[in-house]
Amino acid sequence: MACEPIIRVEDVTVAYGDFVVMRDINFEVQTGEVFVILGGSGCGKSTLLKSMIGLNRPTKGRVLIDGMDIVTAEGDEELAILRKIGVMYQQGALFGSMNLLENICLPLEEFTDLPRGARETIARTKLKVVNLDGSEYKMPSELSGGMRKRAAIARAMALDPKILFLDEPSAGLDPITSSQLDELILKLSRTLQITFVIVTHELPSIYKIADRVIMLDKRVKTIVATGKPGELRDRSDNPWVRQFFNREAEAAVESQQT
Amino acid sequence: MTTGAAAGLEYETREGGIVRLVVRGRLDAERIGSFWTQIVGQVVGAKPPRVEVDASRMEGCDGVGIALLQELKNRQEGNRNEFHIEGLRGDLAELMTLFEVGPTAMPARRSPATARFFETVGGSAMEFLSDLRDQIGFIGETVWKLAGVLIHPGQIRWGDTLLIAEKAGADGVGITALLGFLIGLILAFQSAVAMAMFSAQIYTADLVVIATFRELGPLITCFVLASRSGSAFAAELGTMKVNEEIDALKTMGIDPVRFLVLPRMIAAVFVVPLLTMFNNLLALVGCFVVMLAIGFAPQIVMDRIYEASDLVDLFGGLAKTLVFGWLIAGIGCLRGLQAGTGASAVGDAATRAVVSGIVAIVVVDGAFAMVYYFLGI
Repeated sequence: MACEPIIRVEDVTVAYGDFVVMRDINFEVQTGEVFVILGGSGCGKSTLLKSMIGLNRPTKGRVLIDGMDIVTAEGDEELAILRKIGVMYQQGALFGSMNLLENICLPLEEFTDLPRGARETIARTKLKVVNLDGSEYKMPSELSGGMRKRAAIARAMALDPKILFLDEPSAGLDPITSSQLDELILKLSRTLQITFVIVTHELPSIYKIADRVIMLDKRVKTIVATGKPGELRDRSDNPWVRQFFNREAEAAVESQQT
Repeated sequence: MTTGAAAGLEYETREGGIVRLVVRGRLDAERIGSFWTQIVGQVVGAKPPRVEVDASRMEGCDGVGIALLQELKNRQEGNRNEFHIEGLRGDLAELMTLFEVGPTAMPARRSPATARFFETVGGSAMEFLSDLRDQIGFIGETVWKLAGVLIHPGQIRWGDTLLIAEKAGADGVGITALLGFLIGLILAFQSAVAMAMFSAQIYTADLVVIATFRELGPLITCFVLASRSGSAFAAELGTMKVNEEIDALKTMGIDPVRFLVLPRMIAAVFVVPLLTMFNNLLALVGCFVVMLAIGFAPQIVMDRIYEASDLVDLFGGLAKTLVFGWLIAGIGCLRGLQAGTGASAVGDAATRAVVSGIVAIVVVDGAFAMVYYFLGI
């Protein structure tokens, strides 16, 4: 099991009419790894993530999650796949009309027959893991950005998924909060063997947490590099990739011009 | 030879049409003012072969100054003529490069107006049809899912449904009743004046009762529901869409239609006949008041209203409101789920919810009129 790929993305192409967002994306994510998708603004990172969680149907290709294709799955099969994944959205996407406890209880309520007491205890344990114990009865609007993201991770973990997808976890957070979030990701990955797929372009987090990264480039509209972040920085034969990892301004300017 | 000047700025046209502009001091907004039109107009009109700017005594500039120099440069280069700045200080030259803009790229020529007219009409028609298909498809989907929910009632969040019913129903009683009263009052007053010509004022009661029970009561109530609740549903769901909450539901495996839309539709269908009854009752009160005012005895008016009231009219009207309520809530939710991104998306969704809700009600009411006619109701 340890070396089985848990996610396999095969030949994924996304196009809107004649406009191709990305083409021929192929990669695998191994069980238990922290996998980062990165690239400059507008390169299709979020679109790729949406295709992997079934919100966006790629024009072509398959996305196998634990052996089942999420692109074509419907009904019970789709539910079975969705039970294996949790998603943290960029702004948290907590339900504004419910407090944190209710937010986390919701998936439990929908998919299990557990009594109310059990559901609440489970929700409390999830909040404890993300260091939000004591905030059970707060509404999402009363939380800071970092707390919202942690609460969203807690909700994504409600049904003990095998894979967590995080959309820009560090966006809009200060360095300390962002680094706490990185610690949390490492802790969950180590202790619960959760596989993480993270979309980000925060270099400090990438160096800290990523086992492997793929990099998308909007000029060629596909993957330009795969590997460990340190190796890509030092040894990539693609100058643009090296520039990105070394934070050179030219890379940014160049990418805006294309 | 043309010359022109503003404080610290002057230009002259020399032999061979060469324009020479001399700048002294700061080249800024205050100084340039109307000089911009003068000098640029000169360049545009006369198309001089060469424009020279003597900037050796220029001490600084602001955004407007840079823009003026850029404008002159672009105009000249656009006309394939020369432009030259001399003596520009180093830091100002750097500013010029930093703010360097190319000539304005004209947007591609659009097709002539007539072709555009047909294109727009055709485009709107196609958009209307596809939108209509979406609405019908969505309403069909909700009916289908409702059937599923009736088999497994545990799938609906009844607590939420009650709260929504309270907001859409109980909180709307006041405005619905007020409108009903006023409509009854106005209708009775207007028709009493006309009926007087035929000495048939007593039948004002019949007119108000039949019109209210069959048409006005249901329609007015549903217009209120569309503008109060249809727009609220669209705004709520639109906000959830913008905040990715709808996406979050989907990836949790929770169907937004079952979770968010059905409770709203059920609540609306549940409250709208009740609201209509309030509206009808208060319209009769309005009619009663007018009849008293024009001199009929209370007992006579009561008798007439009672005579004119027909259960078939009443329930025929109430039956329609069930369908209207379903449409209003369904279209409101659909508009919310269709919301795009950005600040205006939610507002647009709310507007479209009210407009399409009201249009749908009136169209379906027409269909009801036909059906009732053939059924003899």
